[in-house]
Amino acid sequence: MIDRSTNSIEPLLRVRHLSTDFVGADGTVAHAVEDVSFDMYPSQTLGLVGESGCGKTTTMMSLMRLLPAAGRITSGQVIFDGIDLLSITDRQMRHYRWREMAMIFQSAMNALNPVRKISDQIAEAILLHGLMDHERADRRVEELLDLVGIAKARKDQYPHQYSGGMRQRAMIAMALACKPRLLFADEPTTALDVMIQAQILELLKTIQHELDLAVILVTHDLGVVAEICDTVVVMYGGKVAEYGTIDVVYNSPQHPYTQRLLEAFPDLNHPGDQLASIPGYPPRLSELPPGCRFEPRCHAKIEACATIVPKLIDVSSKDTGRAVRRLDETPSLLSFQPSAFNMRHIAACHLCRGPEVIDP
Amino acid sequence: MNRRDYLFRKIVFGLITLCIVVTIDFFLFRVLPGDPVRAVIGRNVRISKESQQALREQFGLDKPIFPDQFFDTVGQWAHGNLGISWSLRRPVGEVLISKLGSTLLLISLGQIFSILLGIVLGLFAGWKRKKAVDVGALTFSLVAWATPTFWLGIILLAVGSTLFGLPTGGSVDPANVNKSFLENLPDIARHLVLPTLTFTIVYLGEYMLIMRSSVLEVLGEDYILTAKAKGMSNWQVMRKHALKNAMLPIVTLIALNLGFTVSGAIYVETVFSYDGLGKLFQDALAKQDFPLLQGAFLLLAVSVIIANMLADILYTYLDPRVRQT
Amino acid sequence: MSERWILFKRNLSGFWKAFRRSRMGKIGAFLLITALFLAVFAPLLTPYQPTDTIRDANGRGLTFAPPSVHGPLGTDDAGRDVWTQLIYGARISLLIGFVAGSLAMFIGSTFGIFAGYYGGKLDTLLMRITDIFLVIPDLPLTLILIAVVRQMNLGIPPLVVLIAVIGLLYWTSTARLIRSQVLSIKERQFVVRARAIGASNSHIIRKHILPQVLPLIVASTVLIISTAILVESGLAFLGLGDPTQPSWGTMLNFAFDRSAISNGAWWFYLPPGLAIVWVTLGCVLLGNVLEEMFNPRLTAHHLESDEKMIARPAPER
Repeated sequence: MIDRSTNSIEPLLRVRHLSTDFVGADGTVAHAVEDVSFDMYPSQTLGLVGESGCGKTTTMMSLMRLLPAAGRITSGQVIFDGIDLLSITDRQMRHYRWREMAMIFQSAMNALNPVRKISDQIAEAILLHGLMDHERADRRVEELLDLVGIAKARKDQYPHQYSGGMRQRAMIAMALACKPRLLFADEPTTALDVMIQAQILELLKTIQHELDLAVILVTHDLGVVAEICDTVVVMYGGKVAEYGTIDVVYNSPQHPYTQRLLEAFPDLNHPGDQLASIPGYPPRLSELPPGCRFEPRCHAKIEACATIVPKLIDVSSKDTGRAVRRLDETPSLLSFQPSAFNMRHIAACHLCRGPEVIDP
Repeated sequence: MNRRDYLFRKIVFGLITLCIVVTIDFFLFRVLPGDPVRAVIGRNVRISKESQQALREQFGLDKPIFPDQFFDTVGQWAHGNLGISWSLRRPVGEVLISKLGSTLLLISLGQIFSILLGIVLGLFAGWKRKKAVDVGALTFSLVAWATPTFWLGIILLAVGSTLFGLPTGGSVDPANVNKSFLENLPDIARHLVLPTLTFTIVYLGEYMLIMRSSVLEVLGEDYILTAKAKGMSNWQVMRKHALKNAMLPIVTLIALNLGFTVSGAIYVETVFSYDGLGKLFQDALAKQDFPLLQGAFLLLAVSVIIANMLADILYTYLDPRVRQT
Repeated sequence: MSERWILFKRNLSGFWKAFRRSRMGKIGAFLLITALFLAVFAPLLTPYQPTDTIRDANGRGLTFAPPSVHGPLGTDDAGRDVWTQLIYGARISLLIGFVAGSLAMFIGSTFGIFAGYYGGKLDTLLMRITDIFLVIPDLPLTLILIAVVRQMNLGIPPLVVLIAVIGLLYWTSTARLIRSQVLSIKERQFVVRARAIGASNSHIIRKHILPQVLPLIVASTVLIISTAILVESGLAFLGLGDPTQPSWGTMLNFAFDRSAISNGAWWFYLPPGLAIVWVTLGCVLLGNVLEEMFNPRLTAHHLESDEKMIARPAPER
């Protein structure tokens, strides 16, 4: 619950200097995530954006400690409710999974077990964590299906009997089963057509509002982020490029990459414009350039960019105070004052002028 | 397509296969030169002229091959009349029935052991990928596949009889032939050890491999990740999600193996002189006792086909996805 | 034409590199090459003929003699040198395996290509046929087929019968494999393009499908040869081989029938079986490696242990 009377709210999740490598079969090391830091507040929606391979999904997986075999978290802290999740045992970590933080995936068809009923799969985590007995869990399943708009009568069906959009909603219902405080959404709408996409986003927003849920939305789609997120972390080549509220990042992007990303967005009001794209390719994570990772493709680079890794700079002074116009009326939590949440606008670029950020 | 249609298809297919098998069995032995009576009565069998004539009529041996002989013969087969074995001087059907039990016992035991062991070992091999269990399991399966069944039997026979004093052959000690099954149990058990062991080793590798690759495939699925994300321990994930899905191919494999098990039985029973259908088949082959050969083939093929059909039917109840093909 | 040759050479070198990295492939190749060597150079590797009886000082046949300096694998029940029989037997076993395997491969590939390419009713028909073969127990069918052919006294040498029967009955697994490969090739760009410009079916099959599926055919041939060798050895053991041209299976038939086991003559019944395992292993290892190279599959695994996930020690609290 947010206590709006005071102006100091503790972050729900603090990620500090998280770094994750992938070790290949032949020994090559890919630095998938490097020195990533950001804060999450209760009931906030954070968008984690970037191109494919920029490390956003890996970051998310690292937070829940669900990396595949080749993944190694090499440094950093993930402080949830005051406890560093990277320092506890796996047994203790299991306690957090689904109860405090849950996840929804890009493809519900793959994420759901095809030979088990939907109701079973939703109730599973509830029963696993011993939160309720069978009867109450059953009622909770119906509650959840109601919440996401699936007819109760269909609860004993199998995933292949649901449509794509319904499966996605079932997955959301499943994720909410243990009333988590944080939800990770990994490209939840990428595989859906536009109409369903809108429905799912609508659902997410409603749920988030009703349940005071914090959401980390991993996506490459800036439009989706603009729709439902409050803050955004832009990643490139495994590092944070820019970080701040939607309003400031979208209206006064400071990192050249963010600027390009926003430009690349086709503007429906000017259909004749040429599509802007960013020349070049993302870096290979096993062969990273010594300086700024975006340097090879940057349109505004200076000499230092090729050799010195840019530090995080507080660029809040550049903010214009304009707000992003959103199409809906859902009150966003963060139509608050950024300062109340200690939310700064940070970018990692040599061109930025401002105080260096020591503790993000 | 719902389950009913799927089942219908499978049953029709089974019936067609049955027809083909019957046809092959019939025509194959009719192409032999000489008196067609040999195919039914065998040669040098002393039975009364009346009985001979009766058989001629039953099997339509004086009439043209198709359709008369064919349908007469098949009709007789359906009634269990498979002709007379010349080498054993008994009706084929009777002989087959008397040996059936022994073979069933041997095959079932062998399969049960290899399935159980195969599932357990395959599970751990797939789970602990690339660890000792996995590498050991793979190597074993590989070598087991490359080893001829009959030779494995020979080796086990040599080792078993010299080092462990196990019997060198037969299903039962000749001295005990007249005692009841229960009385003979320990003796029968002793005679079953080596042949069963042979069977188990031969099929263990396969089940282990299938289970392993099935486990690997399942473990790569996203719903395993979901399960882990829900806070289950690795073992819980295995038990609740991976196991059932991974075992489905085993059912298919069991069905698939039914045909090969019969072949294996021929080898194993021959090596151990185990008195079952396999040895019977080989003996009939060696003595060129065609009625017996024809009847044994019919029994073996029909059994396998029916068993396969049953397995298919069973599978549709196990995998809810099959309901929608 | 030269462009395709360059492409082919580049592919080949890629395969060669992958092959050299694979330990299993090298072991397999080694096993096969040594067996081939022994078979080819058999006369040079033994002073005896397989039918020679070795006699002792008194002229009596040296039956069941254990390995000694005269014969590394001793003698059989008739005093013939086992080592000699083994390496001459290699010729028979390998030859039958190769020819029968190739025959099965040929039939299977043809079925597979046509079924996969033409699809529709032809495909369904051919697949039903392979399904039927799958359900009928293989050994009994093989045995009665051979028994009948023999009995018909057509004058066909027994080894030829063996090869023919094996080739005609064991092609089904290959057909399926090739068919599924063809199905995926059929949908690829260059095939669709070829059809769009109106190329004839036979042209497409020859120029586009076949070259793509050929590597898999080669890989499968090796695997099918291993099956053929196993089947032949079994059939020979049951007495259906040619006693005048003994393969390893026939040797085992002799050993078994002539009480090698009860005489403790392990040197007679052990080596032929080991030889079969040797060669079959070689084929399987090599074949698997080849198949991997032409048909790679990637697999994820979500349940690896968590110990290694966090790579640095927990900080002081």
